[in-house]
Amino acid sequence: MIETKGLRKSFKSRQGRETKTVEAVRGVDLFVQEGEIFGFLGPNGAGKTTTLRMLATLIEPDGGEATIAGADLRQAPGEVRRRIGYVAQGGTTWDEVSAREELVLHARMYGISKAEAQRRAVRALEAFQLTEYADRKCKTYSGGQRRRVDIALGIIHEPKVLFLDEPTTGLDPQSRAHMWDEIRRLRGEGITIFVTTHYLEEADALCDRMAIMDHGLIVAEGTPAELKREISGDVVTVGLNGSTPKAAELFDTEPYIKKLETVDDGGLRLYVDEGATAIPHILRKLDGAGIELGSIELHRPSLDDVFLEKTGRSLRES
Amino acid sequence: MKPFRDTWLIFQRQTLLILRNPVWLIIGVLQPLYFLLLFGPLLKDALPVSNAAEAYRIFVPGLLVMLAMFGAMFTGFGLIAELRAGVIERSRVTPISRVALMLGRALRDVATLLVQALLITLLAIPFGLTVHIGDLLLAFLMLGLIGVMMSAASNALALKLKTEDALAPLMNGLAQPLLLLSGILLPLTGWLATVAKFNPFAWAVDASRALFAGDAGDPKVWQSLLILGALTVAALMWAGRSFARGVR
Ligand SMILES: Nc1ncnc2c1ncn2[C@@H]1O[C@H](COP(=O)(O)OP(=O)(O)OP(=O)(O)O)[C@@H](O)[C@H]1O
Ligand SMILES: [Mg+2]
Repeated sequence: MIETKGLRKSFKSRQGRETKTVEAVRGVDLFVQEGEIFGFLGPNGAGKTTTLRMLATLIEPDGGEATIAGADLRQAPGEVRRRIGYVAQGGTTWDEVSAREELVLHARMYGISKAEAQRRAVRALEAFQLTEYADRKCKTYSGGQRRRVDIALGIIHEPKVLFLDEPTTGLDPQSRAHMWDEIRRLRGEGITIFVTTHYLEEADALCDRMAIMDHGLIVAEGTPAELKREISGDVVTVGLNGSTPKAAELFDTEPYIKKLETVDDGGLRLYVDEGATAIPHILRKLDGAGIELGSIELHRPSLDDVFLEKTGRSLRES
Repeated sequence: MKPFRDTWLIFQRQTLLILRNPVWLIIGVLQPLYFLLLFGPLLKDALPVSNAAEAYRIFVPGLLVMLAMFGAMFTGFGLIAELRAGVIERSRVTPISRVALMLGRALRDVATLLVQALLITLLAIPFGLTVHIGDLLLAFLMLGLIGVMMSAASNALALKLKTEDALAPLMNGLAQPLLLLSGILLPLTGWLATVAKFNPFAWAVDASRALFAGDAGDPKVWQSLLILGALTVAALMWAGRSFARGVR
């Protein structure tokens, strides 16, 4: 649905007398399949918005190429515009008009007739639970309501691909969960969704596949599960009362244990592929040797760990 | 067809917004109104005229040019607010004609200023202003050209500068000399008159005065329409390109 090759963009910005060049996007290759939710994760300034704005025909790439929903970004930007929806990171609505007025005008900007635009607005307002506020000015909406209007605007012309730039930033946990449901519903309608986020748990919960971007480059790509597996697998930590060396000897020869470390305050850290299936083996082994188990803990890698591994930084500190 | 339809679409929305909050429409009339009431009476003694009515016949046509200049000159500020709200970017992801985005807004400015100009013209009639309808229409055509030109230029600058802080001093810096060198307030003499030859608004003022004097055949009329027409086309191209290019 979306394929990019070597997409690049740099900005010149003036600081006093010097002009500095910011290489915002430094060569992005992406492949997004039809009908999936594709997550685009990265810290502030990674180049996510810049990439999206290039794909949405808002800024011209310095280099590289892209095909979106079968239309070539450079050859046929008009065709790309007809096939995509784009919801910007900041708001997109004007204070002094109502959601209905915005929806009708926006639909008409796609060449849709007035009557049809009004019908679509009604449907979109219903789908996004906005009917109640439809004729109030946008400035009276809550953050979550306003964000829903933004997304309703993005799909009013029934695009094949929808770009969402941080749709959940600034929403409370409940509204965020609602937003996830909306996004899944859109995928159910056959729209391919390309969504950027700062939240690892969001990418994990929502996305079929994802890419991590840092400093203008893609540093990892895959399903959330693949990315997690790629880094380390699961870790089982067993707490033992005094018999650690004996247990270490016991597990040294077990095939399903990839690596083994001693924990400082007595106990072992066992690196395995699949924690859930390894634990019964571990328990049986300890039991058979008559070693008393103090505690057992399973740690599965999070996307946080993936991010740390790929960028050398935790997402929180960047 | 499409650019016309798109322009109409933007024009409708923009006009709706003005009608919903007409305070700026009224403020726009106030300035020329003040000049009419508080400055006009001084002109009888300052101009080589025999009575007040004659002074108004010279002053009001210039006042209308001023109205057109300033009415559209500050339109870029509204555009910056729209940029910030994300409305412009949302429009630019649709296949709507880029020229329409700009022309729809410029025509809103023209419509506003023509309403204001009509109001000032009617208010000036009791003071002794006279005009034939044909000449008036030609004068309003000229005011419309000024409106489109100023609106387009203001919007193009707004897209370039992107902040009110940068736009405001530039606009004020341009507005004052253009006004003073137009001969609207007082007739220009000496070297000022020479410099004013390079001010398109000075030409417009002369043409406007000729039209209100019933002299549509005055070469100043076609000359100024030609100058303004050319500048309008240039400003439209400039602004249209700015809308097409990457603005946030
Ligand atoms: N119009 C512009 N002019 C100059 N620099 C820009 C412009 N747009 C973006 N940049 C720079 O490009 C880099 C990437 O910005 P971008 O907005 O793409 O990041 P992002 O990943 O979306 O970040 P965030 O998570 O904060 O939204 C940043 O360093 C930013 O300052
Ligand atoms: Mg961003």
